[in-house]
Amino acid sequence: MKSRITRSLLMGTVAAAAAIALAGCGSGFGGSTGGSTSGSSKLTSSKDALTVMIGSSGDAETAAVKSAVADWSKSSGIGASVIPASNLSQQLAQGFAARKPADVFYLDSGSLPGYAANGSLLAYGDLLPASEKSDFYPSLVKNFTYNGKFYCAPKDFSTLQLIINTDKWKAAGLTSADYPKTWDDLTTVAKKLTTGGTTGLVVSGQYERLGAFMVQAGSNLTNTDNTKVTANSAANVQALTYAQSLLKAGTMKFAADIGTGWGGEAFGKGLAAMTIEGNWISGAMTADYPNIHYAVVPLPAGPAGQGTLQFTNCWGIAADSPNQAAALKLVEQLTSKDDQMGFAKAFGVMPSIQSAASDWKSTFPQFAPFLDAASYAQGTPTLKGVSQVITDLDGKIAQLKTTDPKTILDSAQTNLQALLNQ
Amino acid sequence: MTTAATRPRPTTGRGGSIRKGEAPAGWLMTAPMLVLLGLFLVIPVLMALWVSFSDWGGRGSPLESGVNFIGFKNYSSVVSGGGLAEQNFGMAIKNNFWYVIFVVPIQTAVALFLAVMVNNRRLKGSGFFRTAFYFPSVTSSVAITVLWLFLFSTSGAINKVLSWFSIHGPDWFNAPAGILHFGAQSGPAVLMNHSFLRVTWWDWLGGPSWAMSAFIIMAVFTTSGTFMLLFLAALQNLSGDLQEAAMVDGASAGERFWKITLPQLRPTLFTVITLGLIGCWQVFDQIAIGTHGGPSGTTLTPAYLSYQTSFGDGNWGQGSAIAFILFVIIILFTLFQRWVLRERPISKSRRLNPMPARKAER
Repeated sequence: MKSRITRSLLMGTVAAAAAIALAGCGSGFGGSTGGSTSGSSKLTSSKDALTVMIGSSGDAETAAVKSAVADWSKSSGIGASVIPASNLSQQLAQGFAARKPADVFYLDSGSLPGYAANGSLLAYGDLLPASEKSDFYPSLVKNFTYNGKFYCAPKDFSTLQLIINTDKWKAAGLTSADYPKTWDDLTTVAKKLTTGGTTGLVVSGQYERLGAFMVQAGSNLTNTDNTKVTANSAANVQALTYAQSLLKAGTMKFAADIGTGWGGEAFGKGLAAMTIEGNWISGAMTADYPNIHYAVVPLPAGPAGQGTLQFTNCWGIAADSPNQAAALKLVEQLTSKDDQMGFAKAFGVMPSIQSAASDWKSTFPQFAPFLDAASYAQGTPTLKGVSQVITDLDGKIAQLKTTDPKTILDSAQTNLQALLNQ
Repeated sequence: MTTAATRPRPTTGRGGSIRKGEAPAGWLMTAPMLVLLGLFLVIPVLMALWVSFSDWGGRGSPLESGVNFIGFKNYSSVVSGGGLAEQNFGMAIKNNFWYVIFVVPIQTAVALFLAVMVNNRRLKGSGFFRTAFYFPSVTSSVAITVLWLFLFSTSGAINKVLSWFSIHGPDWFNAPAGILHFGAQSGPAVLMNHSFLRVTWWDWLGGPSWAMSAFIIMAVFTTSGTFMLLFLAALQNLSGDLQEAAMVDGASAGERFWKITLPQLRPTLFTVITLGLIGCWQVFDQIAIGTHGGPSGTTLTPAYLSYQTSFGDGNWGQGSAIAFILFVIIILFTLFQRWVLRERPISKSRRLNPMPARKAER
């Protein structure tokens, strides 16, 4: 009996080993196409059709990207299809591991370092024509520069500004002259607007919102080149201490603490007179809360002047793509003024190129403050593994009311420094 | 196959036995399943094991030439790295430990209770109750998680009901405080200043957070029905003789349950607890859909952390290492409860108890 069991085990091992060998063959075969693309100076080129993978916000976005890609496909004669991913980062990772990734895809600035570090991305930024490259906002280019290389063309971007419920504003006896210019102004208006069931200012309790105060105080979690961690700088402590003072006064609350999912929900439900959100809020207000009248105004300036956070995606191109030359042409088309304005009208994003600014502002005058922020907004840190650090920091910021700001920032400093030292 | 040729086969190999040729036929019959298992289970597990010892970055196959063996580095950064990876792992183990401590005993007890109730001959419409109790188990976990998010939201139905009794309900899915802290912000310095896996003893002892408690209630709600069916099947297999004999001896209903029925259910109990333990240590869906590990990492579990570390952060080695540590934990827990539920020799005081049927069975 025993020998039979041993033999069965051996058989199983042999079968497994054989299958692994087969699997090895398969990946070796696939791998050979990737080998020739290591140098970014020479692009791969073939007759293969392109796949474009997007993390879509909804039908409007999918349709707009599909039609733009179809137009390019028609004029270039190269096939191209759009795949809306249900879980973009997971599907991208699967593609990279199989060496059969989508050729062109959405990539957020936080994910860039991870994929750049393992060689999955083509650093094509410097291959773009100089006139196009210099048209991108410099701060966006910085967001997609890793280890000195400009990896991918910014697709669009968003910034945070102050959203005000104009009805509640008037009811509190305030006029447009009272729009807050400084932190002290914000403290004052938040207090005036806090009445009954309404809180003056409701924001999501996370770095991605309160970080705006850090920039206004003259700092951020890292310097803009991501070469130095500045999480526990005096300016950041000052920023969180200010936010804490609003929380303690009860004139600012976190969205989760009043039973809402995000600042926009609290604002739309009338539980907040002000919130800090990005330009995506316009879609939610139109769709879910059409009866709320609101205005977008610049966030107040802090001790170091104006500041806010920006979030952005780029068009990534895979290093393992068999047709990088065509992919680059497609991206050039998709970041052109015409296509970007088309996207802006379809789903409300802001173009990543400066030459489209005046067009965008005349189309959406009420949202002009979002675009004006491009000159002073800063990105979130781009370091490999940063998402877990930010998640951890967000969890601590949610407890800001009862926690010492310095303690919160010290732990972020340690965790970010560990990423930088990797 | 080579081993078969070199080693003589004592039972069937020699002579023209009637069973000659059975073995190849057997292998042929089982081959499809073996290939499937190998392809989708054995090979992925072995590859994950390799990844956990390698510096694979996520591009191309882990078996390619550029991937290096780095020993236990991935494991050490998870269990003793001193960084965020260790802290998250500590939190995940702490959360899941409390989850198991609460869910496994409660769901087993509830399942047994329901089974005994439904098995009662005097109960009318037992078929209806059987279906009703089993229903949550066959409902999609996604749907139930979403339902739970609504029920347990700050202004949700649960808190509304609690308010009828003048209880101010907790902020379930936003409250990271442990329920055994009873609202205290910080504890004695001894507990606060010492930590294991970068989680303070104060936090280890704090129990599950309110958010995790909601998931605990959900797990009991959804899985008790499944295990009720197992208990029910076992109960219906028991012969009535012993019960009657006990009645003749004047045993009360309680005594009959504890001393006659429950001991006979030991194999089923073992199955239920083992399945419960494994399921609880692998909890993933609820976290991935409901909370993503929040608030403040108090619903993080090793299974979700493994996924997040791999797919979110691209740390494939660490993610696989977490998965294998989880595997070891599950094995250890199963061995432990096997030891607890082992057959003990009958003590002298109990030797007079009428349990002859059991011996005959084995």
